[in-house]
Amino acid sequence: MVKRGSSTFLLSMLCFGMAFLYVPMFLLIVYSFNNSKIVPVWGGFSTRWYKVLFESEEVWNALALSVKIALVNASFATLLGTLAGLALVRFGSFRGRTLFGGMVSAPLVMPEVITGLSLLMLFITLKEFVGWPDKRGFATITIAHITFSMAYVAVIIQSRLTGMGTTLEEAAQDLGARPLRVLVDITLPLLAPGMLAGWLLAFTLSLDDLVIASFVTGPGSNTLPMLIYSRVRLGLRPDINALATIIIVTVMFAVAIAGWIMMRQQKQKEREMQLATTGDAQ
Amino acid sequence: MIIMKPTAVKSTGIQRYQQMFAGVSRLLQQLQAQWKSVVVTVPYFWMLLFFLAPFFIILKISVAESLIASPPFSDLLEWTRDGALSIRLSFENYSYLWKDDLYINTYLGSVKIAGISTLLCLLLGYPIAYAIVRSPPTTKNILLMLVILPFWTSFLLRVYAWMGLLADQGLINDLLIWAGIIDSPIRLLYSHFAVYVGIIYTYVPFMILPLYANMEKLDMTLHEAAADLGARPAVTFLTVTLPMTWPGIVAGSLLVFIPATGEFIIPDLLGGGNVQMIGRVLYNEFHSNHDWPVASAVAVALLVLLVLPMMVYQKVQEKESGSGW
Repeated sequence: MVKRGSSTFLLSMLCFGMAFLYVPMFLLIVYSFNNSKIVPVWGGFSTRWYKVLFESEEVWNALALSVKIALVNASFATLLGTLAGLALVRFGSFRGRTLFGGMVSAPLVMPEVITGLSLLMLFITLKEFVGWPDKRGFATITIAHITFSMAYVAVIIQSRLTGMGTTLEEAAQDLGARPLRVLVDITLPLLAPGMLAGWLLAFTLSLDDLVIASFVTGPGSNTLPMLIYSRVRLGLRPDINALATIIIVTVMFAVAIAGWIMMRQQKQKEREMQLATTGDAQ
Repeated sequence: MIIMKPTAVKSTGIQRYQQMFAGVSRLLQQLQAQWKSVVVTVPYFWMLLFFLAPFFIILKISVAESLIASPPFSDLLEWTRDGALSIRLSFENYSYLWKDDLYINTYLGSVKIAGISTLLCLLLGYPIAYAIVRSPPTTKNILLMLVILPFWTSFLLRVYAWMGLLADQGLINDLLIWAGIIDSPIRLLYSHFAVYVGIIYTYVPFMILPLYANMEKLDMTLHEAAADLGARPAVTFLTVTLPMTWPGIVAGSLLVFIPATGEFIIPDLLGGGNVQMIGRVLYNEFHSNHDWPVASAVAVALLVLLVLPMMVYQKVQEKESGSGW
């Protein structure tokens, strides 16, 4: 428990920190129901900006493209990231491991402008030599997103692999299971929650990315963040507040539900483990 | 070409299928035997092609000359008229960066802004992480969730939220006027202040989480031991807590400092034209000026600047591996 004396300071910092994180988002939501055209000046309650938003075909197109990219990205990034995590944690040393580890974790801290510019230059060079990609857009943005998302998935998988230990895998091996069978029957099911978390993170990272996408995109392919950016860089826009509200509320609901399910599963597992260890008493 | 009887053709057809089947099953067997190398090779190859190779390409373009052509730069290797291969290297882009005060100042400015923001994130994040670690389990889970949640919501929209708060008619100015501190709105948006607020706001969770992961593993009994032995709280903090949380401090600081240095969205939306940061210069050099070689040179120079902190981060991560959040 928190000791007195230091506790007042810690508690007030905690409250300040949480307010700092959440008040701006809360106000963003409040002002989306503002009737006034000037965002920060309250002009009565209204949902007119939601109507404006839903009637815009541009918004729907951008949303469709973004979701399409995010779905493909999340699936591939989860696959590649899981493979990378397995290789780094379970395979011991192999040739080029240091380089591999570096490449997998570097995108986490690499400034987006560098990743974006360098990938664009790669696509242009590839086009010159192998004639692909002919047109930049969906494919190039997806490839760029997979490249940085898989790094995040790999981190989650790595920490889950180290966290769960090797006892169950060793037990299976001792009982005569071949390594591939251990992987499929033991390791992957245990990794499933981590893979789900990785998939969700990759999905939202892709949905959120502006800088990298705007480097590697081509004419006519606008993702949702690119649309938002082009509208807000000149100032506040009430319709963007409405869009932001929808995005923030959806994400929060999804994360809260996912977190709740994971917590329940965790508790269930703990209960089962407890039953298993004390079971023979009955 | 040998002309075969229809029956022969038929039998070779079946044979071919059999061969193909045998080939596929052999391949599957091989895959089963070699699955480990498949697991490594696929992501390895992906990263080599889409992460490492691009850096060599921008390195190459950064030593090319700008041309008004498509693509707008000269070739590194060129066949001269008498059939010899010549290499054309031009360090003009780099000397251009070096000579122009704009670039040097922007680099230094970016490092300064990122550095001060990191320090402020640490001052804010450290007590928060500490408070979370010391709270009871249920509260702890909820608080952690609250810190992680902003990760999942749009970065761009969270920056946009501050545009509304800091605007001339925004809430902060309204509050200050209402409290009688100022008479007329002061310029908060499009200033250094706005950029600092934006960076701290978006990056403080990146500071809190590694700190939390580090602190949670700490042996809190050491505090009690220190207190029992008569150390005052301040002494305990300086001699016990701070050294033990050092890895978390380093990891969190680097996670804030490195991306903040190359930040584009925050200086662009909150700083306007008044705050120049290197990420924004690179973006504009590319998108507005279409000067690819200079943009590449800016990227390479930024990478050189950040390569050392990145390597330190890698080292800390390796040592702390397993502490992942």
